[in-house]
Amino acid sequence: MSAELIQDQSIGNIGNDYSQYGFQDKEDYVFKSGRGLTREIVEKISAMKNEPEWMLKYRLRALDIFLKKPMPKWGNCGLLDSIDFENIFYFVRSSEKTEKSWDDVPEGIKQTFDRLGIPEAERKFLAGVTAQYESEVVYHSIREDLEAQGVIFLDMDSGLREHEEIIRKHFGTVIPAADNKFSALNSAVWSGGSFVWVPEGVRVEIPLQAYFRINAENMGQFERTLIIAEPGSFVHYIEGCTAPTYSTDSLHSAVVELIAKPGAHIRYTTIQNWSKNVYNLVTKRAVAHTDAKVEWVDGNIGSKLTMKYPAIHLVGERAHGEVLSIAFAGEDQHQDAGAKMVHAAPNTTSLVVSKSISKNGGRTSYRGLVKVYPEAKGAKSNIKCDALLLDEKSRSDTYPTMEIDEKDVTIEHEATVSKVGEEQLFYLMSRGLTQDEATAMIINGFFEPFTKELPLEYAVELNRLIQLEMSGSVG
Amino acid sequence: MTAKQPILSVQNLHAKVEDKEILKGVNLEIFPGEVHAIMGRNGSGKSTLSYTLMGHPRYVVTEGKILFKGIDITEMTPDERARTGLALAFQYPVAIPGVSVSNFVRASVNAVRGKDVPIKEFRAELKEQMKKLGVANEFLGRYINDGFSGGEKKRLEILQLALLKPALAVLDETDSGLDIDALKTVSEGINNLSNPETAILLITHYQRILNYVEPQFVHVFQDGRIVKSGGGDLSKELEARGYDWVSQELTPSGVS
Repeated sequence: MSAELIQDQSIGNIGNDYSQYGFQDKEDYVFKSGRGLTREIVEKISAMKNEPEWMLKYRLRALDIFLKKPMPKWGNCGLLDSIDFENIFYFVRSSEKTEKSWDDVPEGIKQTFDRLGIPEAERKFLAGVTAQYESEVVYHSIREDLEAQGVIFLDMDSGLREHEEIIRKHFGTVIPAADNKFSALNSAVWSGGSFVWVPEGVRVEIPLQAYFRINAENMGQFERTLIIAEPGSFVHYIEGCTAPTYSTDSLHSAVVELIAKPGAHIRYTTIQNWSKNVYNLVTKRAVAHTDAKVEWVDGNIGSKLTMKYPAIHLVGERAHGEVLSIAFAGEDQHQDAGAKMVHAAPNTTSLVVSKSISKNGGRTSYRGLVKVYPEAKGAKSNIKCDALLLDEKSRSDTYPTMEIDEKDVTIEHEATVSKVGEEQLFYLMSRGLTQDEATAMIINGFFEPFTKELPLEYAVELNRLIQLEMSGSVG
Repeated sequence: MTAKQPILSVQNLHAKVEDKEILKGVNLEIFPGEVHAIMGRNGSGKSTLSYTLMGHPRYVVTEGKILFKGIDITEMTPDERARTGLALAFQYPVAIPGVSVSNFVRASVNAVRGKDVPIKEFRAELKEQMKKLGVANEFLGRYINDGFSGGEKKRLEILQLALLKPALAVLDETDSGLDIDALKTVSEGINNLSNPETAILLITHYQRILNYVEPQFVHVFQDGRIVKSGGGDLSKELEARGYDWVSQELTPSGVS
């Protein structure tokens, strides 16, 4: 298959649905018979959560779409087709979660916790042994501050119970169920995730961290997150953690919707380090209205296959979008990540900085889309992809797609692939650093534009994690 | 003369780069407290000698050996050599974007000293050396050699040597690209490295730096080996008479 063909397919399938902006994508349904997921399971999930009727209908419609939609025919098809939907457990209610014992957690994961210096309580949470990070005291004071500001920060299930009207108005408006096969799956069986609503003009100064939530279902397979920033507000949301997130489940398919109303600013930071058996197929999309700003800061370290292309639809004048991402692929890993910037209004601007590292035969891909609609005059987009290969076996590809339907635009795209320089290694080693230490230092430097955007504790952890990955004892 | 052990003893060293033999039998002994200079034309193999001493993977030793403090380091990796007390100041230090000078220098000092130096102690030491070399504070936050001027790169090299306190410092063309003020400061830095326990090997094309760092021994390097050795005066004679004089002196029978 030629590279052009692959790119062509990626345009149609990355998952654009512009219906809410008056654009429609063609969709071809191929009927597929049902697999492990049934209508009864979906009904049961909804009933157990005591959901309103409209949500049940939404789920069931999504289920139909999921069953009819073919698997994507692009990306890493071999790996995608190996997903066995029959073998996936679609819903585990947290109260019924089988309590795993610490002894069941693989030794490698425990050792990594040790080396990262993760506190005991947090380790059990991360390993899925306890459902909750025991930091209720910290959490309480944060929650009181948020409540005083009128900010809502709940898990999505509670959000639906307590703020049904807000959710009904926004849920699925950024990423419709029919967007792609995995968003349909998520829409049918979602559970957990976060609901954040920030009132007009409110600035949330501390980052909201998913693991501070009492009922921490965010680590689930099919989490669903919706963040709404009312006009002129600001919020920074952080999910994930640098410690390996152990999961016995092989499929993680989240949907994250962000809505930045006029003049609002949302930053969404992810550090993903799923264990290396996980398929991480996530749909993330934001809508930025007039003068709004949205930033995705996205780090992908773990998983077997990640396919994730955070998107920003710049629908209001002067809206600005940024995607800053890193990906690290070791042996048997494929990080297929990228960004999509859709300029649908004049003078909108976007910036993408993507950095990837492949090691031990690992594979990274940058798959990106820049789309400029007619009349989006003065749109500017700048894309920079840097790939670093640590050995001859590893691989990196770039699949950029541009659809520019307006003349008055400035689009820049720059891509580099480099190897860790022999001279750089020699220089560092001649000052006493071992080869692994020197390589880790070069890599940390390569990732630095990303790391410096993280809160300090995350940056420190990420650097340590990379050192571990380089030491050969992990991965 | 006491039966002191040499810090460095290079014995019949041959080395090749990509199948091209560049070092063709180098012999050199350096004792504690000594300052040696190796002088030679561009392309004579001087820099190859410095890279081979430090263990660059592309420079393959085919014959002979390198003893450092009595230990055979010929097969050691560069970091092992560094931890044994050898250091090289590069002619062209490479840039490493994203890695700050302060992070790197601390990691390097800890690695070479084999222990974590307490941060306060390290800071104090660092500040003192920076002051001596006229290096501004903002230097620490910058990325290693990234966008550095020639003079800044050389100062950073000397700063690192001052902190690493190697038993033998090899300085490869440290004078190149320096204006006269920078040359004076850097030379002072080099002189400060010298003490009765340590030694210095200067590799240079020009005599200029030897006005500020005075060697007791000068060796002329030609075609991959040392062809003439003498005292400090030899450098001045070379400056006056040129390298051709050595070449002619070496080929009396017309063999070239």
